[in-house]
Amino acid sequence: MSADSLSYIFLNAAIINNFVLALFLGICPILGVSGKLSTAFPMGVATAFVMLIASVSAWLINIILNHFGLEFLSLIAYIAVIASAVQLVEMTVKKFSPPLYRALGIFLPLITSNCAILGVALFQTSYEYDFVQSLFYSLGAGAGFILAIVLMAGLRERVDLADVPSIARGAAMSLMLAGVLSLAFMGFSGLGG
Amino acid sequence: MAAGQQQQPITMDTFLVGLWRENPVFVMLLGMCPVLAVTNSVANALAMGLATTFVLLCSTGMVSILRSVIPKEVRIAAYIVIIATFVTVVDYLIQAISLEIYNALGAFIQLIVVNCMILGRAEAFASRNRLSRTMVNSLGMGIGFTIALLCLGSVRELLGSGELLGYPVFGAAFEPWVIMLLPPGGFFVLGGWLLLFAWIKERQQQRAVRQRTEEAGHDVR
Repeated sequence: MSADSLSYIFLNAAIINNFVLALFLGICPILGVSGKLSTAFPMGVATAFVMLIASVSAWLINIILNHFGLEFLSLIAYIAVIASAVQLVEMTVKKFSPPLYRALGIFLPLITSNCAILGVALFQTSYEYDFVQSLFYSLGAGAGFILAIVLMAGLRERVDLADVPSIARGAAMSLMLAGVLSLAFMGFSGLGG
Repeated sequence: MAAGQQQQPITMDTFLVGLWRENPVFVMLLGMCPVLAVTNSVANALAMGLATTFVLLCSTGMVSILRSVIPKEVRIAAYIVIIATFVTVVDYLIQAISLEIYNALGAFIQLIVVNCMILGRAEAFASRNRLSRTMVNSLGMGIGFTIALLCLGSVRELLGSGELLGYPVFGAAFEPWVIMLLPPGGFFVLGGWLLLFAWIKERQQQRAVRQRTEEAGHDVR
């Protein structure tokens, strides 16, 4: 696979350089919402959806800002678009599934400050991907995020039943689990050459 | 603190709360992404800590000044735009000061925008306190954040490459733990620090309980 084939871009974002476990982006929701599988999966999907919107808009923003020579505004423009996209998702979830809205709580509006989403916009700009490439990049990143949060939730549900020393309960345990997962994902680094 | 003596509500605690009791990294678990990503050496950790502290000070100050002007409905968006402005400033500033550090930190300078700690302080503290009090608190939080980054950075650099700030610490026979520089090392070291703090806290509680029961015993006698 060559470095700019679409399949490589997808796999690279999803597995080899997994946003959560290799690049440390979006750790807050991974630690916060991964307690139960039933909330972790919708959270992953919502984040992936916002990523897709952010990626497409970032591509448009780059063209417009380049045209007017205003590249230094790019960061502000990205974050404004992401914030509105999150608002959109929040309203949709509230309308169609109030129980899910309550379960996700504060973490739904906090998708705005999820570094993984701004990360997609920034990285695709620095790699100079064209439209289709950035589309696949953001899809891969979204898939990788869902994968990571679902794996974490599964592990944490099992750990809840295990006999863990009292000082290791909570965040410390989650971080150790994430470390082990990240260790496993390092095995993919040879994939795709 | 001179400011602490002049005005009554600003106490030493306003400053110290960020260093230990509400440390943004070890207690509140906020702003994890840069904490884990850029702490593979002490120099990077320090640069990141200072950049974040600068943005935190400027943006919470700005939020505090504008707190009566910003409408409640759009406050989050307004805060984010203020933060993004100062991050852009820092981005160009670091690029001008040291290109080496700029390249080492990469996209994580721009990602300071989405550091939840800054948004959290703007929302929880700056939006309801006056400027001087906010600045003291933000300075404490920023220093607490920097110390936490240094805690991680020093352990990872020491074990991962056997150096501290680029100077070799162990002899030539030391086999570096490369894993500490790689992503899993970040998770393990932070987990380790959290375990240590949880252990200290538990011992303190046990000692307090023991003291109380002893005192109660005295009273009965």
